Amino acid sequence: MFLYLLRRLLYAVPIALSVGFVCFLLVHIAPGDPINAIVPADAPQELVDQIKRDYGLDRPLPIQFAVWLSKVAGGDFGISLATGRPVWADLSVAIGNTLRLALAAALIGFVLGTVLGGLAGAFQGRAIDKVAVSFAVAGVSVPHYWLGMVLVVIFSVQLNWLPAMGAGPGGSSDWTWDAEHVRHLILPAVTLSVIPMGIVTRTVRGVVAEILNQEFVQTLRAKGLAGRRVFLHVVKNAAPNSIAVMGLQMGYLLGGSILVETVFSWPGTGLLLNSAIFQRDLPVLQATILVLAMFFVVLNLAVDLVQTAIDPRIRRG
Amino acid sequence: MTFRRLVLAAALGVLPSLAASGAAAQGTLRIGMTAADIPLTHGQPDQGFEGNRFTGIPLYDSLTAWDLTRGDRPTPLVPSLATEWSVDPQDKTRWIFRLRRGVKFHDGSEFNADAVVWNVRKVLDREAPHFDPRQVGVTATRMPTLRRAEKIDDHTVVLITSEPDSLLPINLTNLFMASPAHWERKRSAAPNAEAAWNAFAADPSGTGPFRLVRFVPRERAEYVRNEAYWGEIKPKAERIVLLPIPEANARTAALLSGQVDWIEAPAPDALPQLRARGMQIHSNVQPHVWPWQPCFAEGSPLTDVRVRKAINLGIDREGLKTLLGGMMVPAVGTVQPGHPWWGNPSFQIKYDPAEARRLLAEAGYGPQRPLSLKVQISASGSGQMQPLPMNEFIQQNLRAIGVNVEFDVLEWNTLFTNWRRGCKDASARGAHAINVSFAAMDPFFAMVRFWDSKMAPPVSNNWGHFSDPQFDAMVAEARNAFDPAARDAALARLHAAGVDEALFIWIAHDVGPRAMSPRVRGFVQPQSWFVDLRLPFIQ
Repeated sequence: MFLYLLRRLLYAVPIALSVGFVCFLLVHIAPGDPINAIVPADAPQELVDQIKRDYGLDRPLPIQFAVWLSKVAGGDFGISLATGRPVWADLSVAIGNTLRLALAAALIGFVLGTVLGGLAGAFQGRAIDKVAVSFAVAGVSVPHYWLGMVLVVIFSVQLNWLPAMGAGPGGSSDWTWDAEHVRHLILPAVTLSVIPMGIVTRTVRGVVAEILNQEFVQTLRAKGLAGRRVFLHVVKNAAPNSIAVMGLQMGYLLGGSILVETVFSWPGTGLLLNSAIFQRDLPVLQATILVLAMFFVVLNLAVDLVQTAIDPRIRRG
Repeated sequence: MTFRRLVLAAALGVLPSLAASGAAAQGTLRIGMTAADIPLTHGQPDQGFEGNRFTGIPLYDSLTAWDLTRGDRPTPLVPSLATEWSVDPQDKTRWIFRLRRGVKFHDGSEFNADAVVWNVRKVLDREAPHFDPRQVGVTATRMPTLRRAEKIDDHTVVLITSEPDSLLPINLTNLFMASPAHWERKRSAAPNAEAAWNAFAADPSGTGPFRLVRFVPRERAEYVRNEAYWGEIKPKAERIVLLPIPEANARTAALLSGQVDWIEAPAPDALPQLRARGMQIHSNVQPHVWPWQPCFAEGSPLTDVRVRKAINLGIDREGLKTLLGGMMVPAVGTVQPGHPWWGNPSFQIKYDPAEARRLLAEAGYGPQRPLSLKVQISASGSGQMQPLPMNEFIQQNLRAIGVNVEFDVLEWNTLFTNWRRGCKDASARGAHAINVSFAAMDPFFAMVRFWDSKMAPPVSNNWGHFSDPQFDAMVAEARNAFDPAARDAALARLHAAGVDEALFIWIAHDVGPRAMSPRVRGFVQPQSWFVDLRLPFIQ
């Protein structure tokens, strides 16, 4: 198991390198110029050249990439072109904010998805199944930024119950889990939860329905096992697949949603990426994408380990 | 009570109480900006003029300033930290500024000639210990001829330019005075100058009417009134909170839900709803131009003045205004009639499709030989208003006079980059015009950089490579007219000649719409990109 863990962690290195390289190339292939984040369009060329030299943007691309990589290896994500602030200072705050939002959305989406999927699987073809499947289809199909706007119109603008934007009355820097902050979290978390809710519902429904049709369940019932005990067996057998899907969804949620965070001005990684893309803020873009890719790697590893722990038939190593 | 009723009662009880807890303190003005981040607070803001508006002028002062207290006239240049200025009659590259006495920075240190020299060096002297390359880009471009400063005595400085330049006092509205003493304190606790400027940005010190007391990057900045402010007009709001809300619908929702008291640039289609909910909508013509800038390179049909005039006459600006819900002013030049630089152009820009067709026919275009134009535009962007529907409206107008327009739609940053490169560059992809809006409060940015042949790429934004010795001479005359009245007269001649030659396709001026809660009082919307935050308060 230890060797397996080590190997998986080593896989992260080429993944990080590839992600960093592809991101670097994509930003440079895209038209536009990072220098626009620092210099107005009316700047004379002499000044533009000077500032490019100051920031090292005049050096060949492979050298720029190598310099960036060596710094990142030393834990230095560099300085934002647009703000001059250390990238990690902004990125770490944004990750914290996205983590909060992702956890809240996961809690809503996974609990609802599991309950709805379980009911739908257990009562396949019945009315409750159709209702649950309708929710799942709607959750996956409705554009969540549109849903966000609708929720804002209803709960913020019309009813004035919940705030329309922001991560707290004083920003996210003084976040505590009190009512005042939680009410800022409700609308973005609900909006973000609908896709994982739909996907988890469909997965759990399929898995539960399949397990209920297997012979061992009929055997358990034939032997007179109580419904609650049969349910526990079904849950245990359905868990590995469902957890794998939830892990993947958690990865997406941690990646932050550019659209949802923009609609709610939630200062997470999505909003950070959004402004970095428009400003061609290379250091911020590269660091954010690299960290998010690493989240996926670690999360997938964690899911694999949890699956193994739950179901010994799944052997790793 | 059943479980269901219990849940319902809990929901109905809890939600309104949660909502009520968000009320703002009396006297706190909360502003939703369009920027995605708080503009830099170290004294030379980024984020374009929204930066100057919200983190420049309120925290800092410059030697000269715009009078933003009235909305019924173009904003005049007035003394600020300098009380008077004049060019040295012996050497017109030397401007002498007399400084205001008794002004103190927020940290209590004194504003004097040393502070002015220090602030010029922060962006122009690469050898200075406090030189900050990050501030150069947003500063040096706005005062292109300034080279250095020299102290004469504690309250007199000389600013030296590379060539005689009568426009320097106008340019200096963009050089904000930060406290050298406060920076030195930050420097003593920081490993290098860059770190010291970061520390200074988090805890800045200027001489402006407000002091920054809280700064959360990307989320909020909070100001309190500077009780020791030197100006005659004292700030009225006790506290100002700035919130970056880049999405227009999110800003509108924030205002309607009471989370902010004032938003910049509300979503245009939300204006009727905002009005219906009792919100104030403020707008005024701005020194902003939304044009098509022609290409004068060989082979471009826009080298023919008749074609440029025809296109100017073929655009229904009033119809465009209706499309925008009234949120624009039709542009008939770079400045409005009545402005000191308006002049007296003989070419009257209006909607006259018959005359447009006649001019096109005279230039050799008609049904047998239709004129085709390619224009580079953006899908969005700072100052670009609503570029897609506006350009499509103009496309329809021009089709009616026999001009087929094809758009090359680019992302804003890309279009901006191309603007530097000129229409002869491959990035123009054969475009005959480019749609980049610009600020026109300063003669250099309004006219000189487009019409002076020396400003052709890569030097500046003469994208179309316009070159005419008569215009070069007029630019030189304006830059050498040191009496303000003579300078304005020279600029008026330059502007009138530009309109007569139809050097732009002038289309719209933005009106800087902003929406406010009825509780906001005292606000004045000047004819400017900036506002005077000393005036508004919450009632």
